[in-house]
Amino acid sequence: MVKNTIAESEANSTSPGQHKSLVKNLSFYYGGFNALKNIDMVLHEKQVTALIGPSGCGKSTFLRCFNRMHDLYPGNRYEGNIVLYPDNENILSPDIDPIEVRMRISMVFQKPNPFPKSIYENVAYGLRVRGIKQRAMLDEKVEDALRNAALWDEVKDRLNDLAFNLSGGQQQRLCIARALATDPEILLFDEPTSALDPIATASIEELIADLKNKVTILIVTHNMQQAARVSDYTAYMYLGQLIEFDMTDTIFIKPKNKQTEDYITGRFG
Amino acid sequence: MSDEKKLEELRTIIARHKRWDLIFLIAGVFVLMIALLTFMALFTQMLIDGAPRLSWEFFTSFPSRRPESAGILSAWVGTTLVMLVTAITAVPLGIAAGVYLEEYASKNLFTELIEINVTNLAGVPSIIYGLLALGLFVYQLGLGQSILAAGLTLALLILPIVIVATREAIRSIPVVIREGSYALGATKWETVADHLLPYSAPGILTGIIIGLARAIGETAPIITIGALTFIAFLPPPPIKSEFPFISFEWLAAPFTVMPIQMFNWVSRPEEAFQFNAAAAGLILVVMTLAMNALAIYLRYRMRKKIKW
Repeated sequence: MVKNTIAESEANSTSPGQHKSLVKNLSFYYGGFNALKNIDMVLHEKQVTALIGPSGCGKSTFLRCFNRMHDLYPGNRYEGNIVLYPDNENILSPDIDPIEVRMRISMVFQKPNPFPKSIYENVAYGLRVRGIKQRAMLDEKVEDALRNAALWDEVKDRLNDLAFNLSGGQQQRLCIARALATDPEILLFDEPTSALDPIATASIEELIADLKNKVTILIVTHNMQQAARVSDYTAYMYLGQLIEFDMTDTIFIKPKNKQTEDYITGRFG
Repeated sequence: MSDEKKLEELRTIIARHKRWDLIFLIAGVFVLMIALLTFMALFTQMLIDGAPRLSWEFFTSFPSRRPESAGILSAWVGTTLVMLVTAITAVPLGIAAGVYLEEYASKNLFTELIEINVTNLAGVPSIIYGLLALGLFVYQLGLGQSILAAGLTLALLILPIVIVATREAIRSIPVVIREGSYALGATKWETVADHLLPYSAPGILTGIIIGLARAIGETAPIITIGALTFIAFLPPPPIKSEFPFISFEWLAAPFTVMPIQMFNWVSRPEEAFQFNAAAAGLILVVMTLAMNALAIYLRYRMRKKIKW
């Protein structure tokens, strides 16, 4: 059990204050199918952690455990814990309402998915769900979120335009703004650039690098160069297992596991 | 040399395959024309027979023994009121049922049974609804042969159409939009009210109009519950001059509707009544077409916002 010792030594090497989240012995089942097997990992506060691995390895499934997205569909089952710090709460506990979890942890999807509403209403939706009604406060938070998503200058004059009129890259940044507007503790990205052209991809990657000053980020990516460029920590997954988890530099330069090395060097995957 | 031959062969194959395109095109246009021309012929016949009878008096007169002074006042008022009751009942019930089945109901044998039932209900002959309504609304609930009973009957008839349309419309919303809403911490109800219903409105609307257009022409169930074929007075007005100004007495009033008025005239021996029937039919078709046009317009306006 190499991976366990790695995660544990990771967990011990830094003080808990710097950990945003600790994943302990996490397994996940789609009905009878065991999609995640005994995963142990940590998320470091205000760092970018990347999940890489071949298609079907469970990285998106893992990501979607963090905002309890699997609760939307019947027959899914979690085992183990995902503990959030500093309040030391297991977000997978059946006592915790998934809606509460989703209010703390935001998500950006693979394909830009703006609502068919105005740019303003897209960003404001999460705030409205939290009961914020005062126009001044909404205005302020929407502007902040759009600035943080590097979109404000492009859309400030047409906040009431439909979000669909934006380009693909702008739409994805709008979705990032929407996720940021509610000050999440963790921001989840599920292959955020797979539907975008290289220029839009570069702008999103730049944005992720900026955002890590404000929020802890977990990102799933198909693209190993992207993981190397944007992340501080990288986890390599294969067939529902966490094979190796370490600093990104270590993973890409001196992986400890042969399987990781094979995947990184493109011998398989 | 051989290259040229290959190209020649390729062209023969393409030409042969393209022949099927042509055959299908001709068959398609032919079948379409049959449907279209049949309607056109019927409509033109009705237009020729009925148009001379159309006048202001035709709309403002009650039916009469004398064909030249007979009108459709009680029929179009009756149809409008019955449709109003039908829409007010079937639309909220149908949408609510569709939303429940699509978003709230857990998938089990029971909901599966409901689903099969709803789909099959759309195919039940309308006279069966009439019999059910006669037993349930007219006698059991004591509503009598009233506008309310007729409206509820037709509501029952179009309920499956509205439910199925609602479900289809909700299902056509991409999963990522639904998940996007949940991911922001929205509850089921917030997701339904803020996203699913507004985005599926064009589809639901189409279903409602298709349903109402079907209901407006229904005759059998209305006859079964006992609509009058000859009626020379209007239901009491819904607005009164004294307190409380609104009256629901019209719901309990006896009534007739356009198709029944037509049926009545068609069955008369005098030829002049046939022209009245054609004129009433013309109005009924125009009412239906107007409803469809409205649906297309509203759908076009709403769809402009939604692209996926």
